[in-house]
Amino acid sequence: MNAENPIWALISTFGLMSLFAVGGAAAAVPEMHRIAVEVHHWMTDKQFADAYAIAQLSPGPNVLIVTLIGYAVAGIPGALAATLAMCLPTALLAYYVSRLLNRPSQSRWPGLIQAALVPLSIGLMAASALILAESTDRTLAALLLTATVAAVASVSRINPLWILLVGGLLGFAGIV
Amino acid sequence: MLALFLAFARMSLAGFGGVLVFARQAIVEQHRWMTADEFNETFALCHFLPGPNIVNLSMVFGARLRGIAGGIAAFAGLLLPPTLIMTVLAIVYARFSDVEVLRRILAGISCAAVGLLIAVVFRMMTPLLKRLDALALVLMVGVFLAIGVLRLPLQAVLLVAIPLSLGATFLMRRKVAA
Repeated sequence: MNAENPIWALISTFGLMSLFAVGGAAAAVPEMHRIAVEVHHWMTDKQFADAYAIAQLSPGPNVLIVTLIGYAVAGIPGALAATLAMCLPTALLAYYVSRLLNRPSQSRWPGLIQAALVPLSIGLMAASALILAESTDRTLAALLLTATVAAVASVSRINPLWILLVGGLLGFAGIV
Repeated sequence: MLALFLAFARMSLAGFGGVLVFARQAIVEQHRWMTADEFNETFALCHFLPGPNIVNLSMVFGARLRGIAGGIAAFAGLLLPPTLIMTVLAIVYARFSDVEVLRRILAGISCAAVGLLIAVVFRMMTPLLKRLDALALVLMVGVFLAIGVLRLPLQAVLLVAIPLSLGATFLMRRKVAA
């Protein structure tokens, strides 16, 4: 357990973080940013925003942004270590809790805890948006694109993939 | 067991920007492994526990059908294919991230991705705004400021916010019931 070993740092960081990730992956983004960019300097602000974009664009659970962070730190072993550390502990926890509460609907605690966590997850996700916007929305055109997407996606049910592709096209054309 | 692995692999590869919709469709409608109520119950459990919800769901769901080995099969099916794709993308990114065209495309996608996230936040916030749930809104803004602006560590913020929110929610419900 060498503190210098980057794999160990990845495992302990994401393993611990996953236990505090209430509200899923998007809510954990600020903490990932704080640790990967500000504390350990594993990536730059720009690389982090790129990693978020790649994770959104790719299939699979969005939590897999940790795979990209892990790769940036320690190559393929890092990618696998980060992914497992982020996903396995809470999955096992969920398994044991589900065996404990065979009929979760009869207990009022899950409902109560969930209601209490909702405002916190929303606050966390809003913080994610702010932190990512600070590195992506450096120009007026970029800000406009983000605002337009936010407005369009709030009122319609367009598949997010199309919206991301339009963003990519506008980037390709050099507009944002 | 293999069916579990394949079903979760398929739903994770179909699930661009969120796997839940596909998971419900495959589990409830296509394979009829669970009724809609059982699915909601399982999902509610995974939602209130920490961690990526859909990953937790795969483990709990697989385990309910086939024990711990089934849980692991579903977990591996959900994560293995996209993790491999993501690793390939990471290699591509590490090699080509300084190519100007790719930089521009990714910048455009990032802007759009942030916009999508804002839209999700807005949609989740609407019920709280409609109910004029002052307490929830204060907690929400508090967490936003602490994490987004002050950049405090997540653990510290949650260790204060979770007990606060739980206590307040509990008292409010008691008042409503009384």
